[in-house]
Amino acid sequence: MSYLPKPKFRHPDLPKNALGYTRRDYEGSVSTLCAGCGHDSISAAIIQACYELDIEPHRLAKLSGIGCSSKTPTYFLGQSHGFNSVHGRMPSVLTGANLANRDLIYLGVSGDGDSASIGLGQFAHSIRRGVNMVYIVENNGVYGLTKGQFSATADAGSKSKWGADNNDSPIDMVGLALQLGATYVARSFSGDKHQLVPLIKGAIRHSGAAFIDCISPCVAFNNHAGSTKSFDYVREHNEAVNALDYMPVRSEITTDYAPGAVEEVTQHDGSVLKLRKLAPDYDPHDRIAALTYLQKKNAEGEIATGLLYIDPEPKDLHAHLNTIETPLNHLGDADLVPGAAALEKFNAARR
Amino acid sequence: MPKPLERVNDFVIKFANVNGSGSASANTLFGKIILRMGVPATPRNIFPSNIQGLPTWYEIRVSEAGWLGSRGGVDLMVPMNPQTWDADMASVEPGGYVLYDSTKPLPPSKFRDDVTVLGVPLTEMCNAAYTDPRQRQLFKNIMYVGALSALLDMEVEVVEKLIAEQYWGKDKLIKPNIAAMHMGRDYALKHLPCPIGLRLRRSDKVGDRIMIDGNAAAALGAVYGGATVCAWYPITPSSSLAEAFASHCKRFRTDPTTTKRRYAIVQAEDELASIGMVIGAAWNGARAFTSTSGPGVSLMQEFIGLAYFAEIPAVIFDVQRGGPSTGMPTRTQQADILSAAYASHGDTKHVLLLPEDPKECFDFGAQAFDLADRLQTPIFVMLDLEIGMNERLSAPFKWDDSRRMDRGKVITAEDLESGKPFGRYLDVDGDGIPFRTYPGTHPTRGAFFTRGTTKDAYARYTEEGPAYIENMTRLMRKFDTAKTLVPQPIRRDAAQPTKLGAIYYGSTSAAMDEALDRLAGEGVQLNTLRLRAFPFPQEVNAFCAAHDRVFVVEQNRDGQIRTLLMSECGIDPAKLVPVLHYDGTPITAKFVADAIGEEAAVVPFRKAVS
Ligand SMILES: Cc1ncc(C[n+]2csc(CCOP(=O)(O)OP(=O)(O)O)c2C)c(N)n1
Ligand code: SF4
Ligand SMILES: [Mg+2]
Repeated sequence: MSYLPKPKFRHPDLPKNALGYTRRDYEGSVSTLCAGCGHDSISAAIIQACYELDIEPHRLAKLSGIGCSSKTPTYFLGQSHGFNSVHGRMPSVLTGANLANRDLIYLGVSGDGDSASIGLGQFAHSIRRGVNMVYIVENNGVYGLTKGQFSATADAGSKSKWGADNNDSPIDMVGLALQLGATYVARSFSGDKHQLVPLIKGAIRHSGAAFIDCISPCVAFNNHAGSTKSFDYVREHNEAVNALDYMPVRSEITTDYAPGAVEEVTQHDGSVLKLRKLAPDYDPHDRIAALTYLQKKNAEGEIATGLLYIDPEPKDLHAHLNTIETPLNHLGDADLVPGAAALEKFNAARR
Repeated sequence: MPKPLERVNDFVIKFANVNGSGSASANTLFGKIILRMGVPATPRNIFPSNIQGLPTWYEIRVSEAGWLGSRGGVDLMVPMNPQTWDADMASVEPGGYVLYDSTKPLPPSKFRDDVTVLGVPLTEMCNAAYTDPRQRQLFKNIMYVGALSALLDMEVEVVEKLIAEQYWGKDKLIKPNIAAMHMGRDYALKHLPCPIGLRLRRSDKVGDRIMIDGNAAAALGAVYGGATVCAWYPITPSSSLAEAFASHCKRFRTDPTTTKRRYAIVQAEDELASIGMVIGAAWNGARAFTSTSGPGVSLMQEFIGLAYFAEIPAVIFDVQRGGPSTGMPTRTQQADILSAAYASHGDTKHVLLLPEDPKECFDFGAQAFDLADRLQTPIFVMLDLEIGMNERLSAPFKWDDSRRMDRGKVITAEDLESGKPFGRYLDVDGDGIPFRTYPGTHPTRGAFFTRGTTKDAYARYTEEGPAYIENMTRLMRKFDTAKTLVPQPIRRDAAQPTKLGAIYYGSTSAAMDEALDRLAGEGVQLNTLRLRAFPFPQEVNAFCAAHDRVFVVEQNRDGQIRTLLMSECGIDPAKLVPVLHYDGTPITAKFVADAIGEEAAVVPFRKAVS
């Protein structure tokens, strides 16, 4: 929102984070989504994660496409610059923004229609380029904003609110992200804040392409019996492979765990992801095994969630392009313009 | 048999080759020799995109008078591609010359008796001198350059010097190439009537001009304009612009010690992504551009509308080719004017810059970034294949070291800290241009939400009619401001007062210069106005008002600039006589002079000439 010199009421007793901001400082304007929409829970999780991570709101840019899900950046981080772009094209806008200033945090929010239907190409290419970002798909299996048509993530055999069958095969965005080289891949559920908040925190602190597929039921159009993206269905079939605790820095493991039940992954920035294993044989460092595991669970009708894959030392697009550390948008005439003498030499070589 | 042509420093020579035969470097070398002798020469690559046998042609117009446009016709043909022999032979002017490889005897039906045929057994000589097949191929090209040097009476020292320059750094190749050149030359001197009627004589008409193609020039303009982000998708004839940007940046923007780059180039997955990246980068405060051609602009429409409405700078180099659809991908046209000017759904209008030659490609290439930042809107730089992909003699590029990038109206952290009010779409200065902030500027102030939906002056979503109208009229005010900032048109008046005018733009310039000279010689008085940008400044209306008839010369079927003159300036269509050349070849002076000359002689108003 534009700056208006309007005092904001603040409760003096609200807890503050290390920067002195309250949780409310990370909120946006009031949501206009349907009451009970899964997307609002994801916004709340984003607010919680940013508050707990002590993120300076202006150091984060939030970008989205078009859809109910893509509207949500208005409802969180009101002090951050936001960009509601065009349908399915958030990834390219985010990529460009990231090229211009590698120092900000980029949070891309999209829907399943936005990213799996119209924007599948841009999703894929932003992932394979290794753009340093958090890419969240708020996945409800339908186009909420245009009133309930199937999206490309709708499972074959699932039924629309009006009883129509979906016969097309679904696109599994997690599987694609894994195949395309994302270095942080997670799946979660808007109804499970305890799982989602640490996953978002880990993703924000990840210095490469982090992708979160978050199932987020649409109460208006896809929460009925016969849907595989309803609250009931997801609760019933959710099988977390691990439980994640995010820690800003390494600390002693104090609680007693059975040997091998907890793994600590230190990310590039020093933050630590403490992974408690729930599926005993699941290894989040094995991309190929992860793909197989997901396919197997999928065939069994189960939804595997949790941190599905992580490479704690990723290479991002800037590393590939070998750009300088200084953000490109900070460079001035002296850095960029070769000048008259160089031009004269250029001319001379062309005579 | 007509009398063989006799001309000094004024003829067209054309080479017909097979793609990949190594002819390009020999042909370029030949062009450079002419320039080094001080004689203006304009080369053109002709490369059909899908004809069997991969023929390519390289045409050089030699013109001491300095005419750089295409002339049409061929005076000396060097047909080295058997597959196109018949057409090549037929294209020679009566009285012209043909230099060919006479190794294999050809039936008389393959020749014409109104041209002078000059045979050199190139293959035979090469086979005798070399064993390696690749060498046989390559040296054949240098051999015909040698033969030509004798036939056209060229300075052999210059030829030798340029061969040495061409292989500078690969010194082992210099001697054998010079030797091959002399083999061809000696054969011609001994067996052919050297020199022929076409000759080259040293001159001083090249001056301090440089030789460069418009794409490389525009890319250098982007470097000087401070562009740091380039996102593009390959398409003829624009690819070499992005590629040139990469090579300029490698040279000028790479840290010599760390090898780190002060630029980022992404070959995107398509044009939608290219323009999306440009918009994202520019929104975030970097100078960014894409280069493309008509089909790419078609794909970018939705995003261009977003950039217009959300007011985000973007620079788009559109190197036009023949349309519609895939059209004539390797031929030239000026047929994207309307699709660029009104790109996107809804009421949109965009700024177009119309460079005439490499010099303006460089100048406008740099200026486009200042305009994009100042106006916070997409800026199109409209090149075409003719100026984009062909090297052309051009005034040397100039830069003023005291010049600074104009980043436009940007609110800084200090401004915000001092309490300066900020409304993203507020027209503070009355010129229609609002202020913006870059993301990450201030912890608690100046953030706003960018969207393609309607909004009020404080970037808040609204569907209120008055707020919408206010915003849309402000955008028109901004477009009016653009008229004063873009490169202004250039008017040239005839020697005598006249009521006849002509309007033209872009690559038509070269043909126009020559046509004007010819028309003046025929007694046709014509004032001209060369457009250099859209929107059109007031002077365009004044020019049209001051003339009874105005020829609008352009390289498309529908008279696209003429349409803009009618719709944007309200000029009476009856007054605007279209002169349209759109067969994919570059427009010629002859075409323009014939069309205008014929029309000028009659009373107004007649049908379009095409
Ligand atoms: C080019 C274009 N085509 C179609 C639309 C209409 N449209 C708006 S949102 C949407 C689908 C959104 O679905 P999804 O991304 O899943 O978001 P959800 O509303 O379900 O959160 C469509 C088709 C549009 N805005 N732009
Ligand atoms: S239509 Fe569905 S997705 Fe959109 S706000 Fe309502 S519940 Fe959410
Ligand atoms: Mg959806």
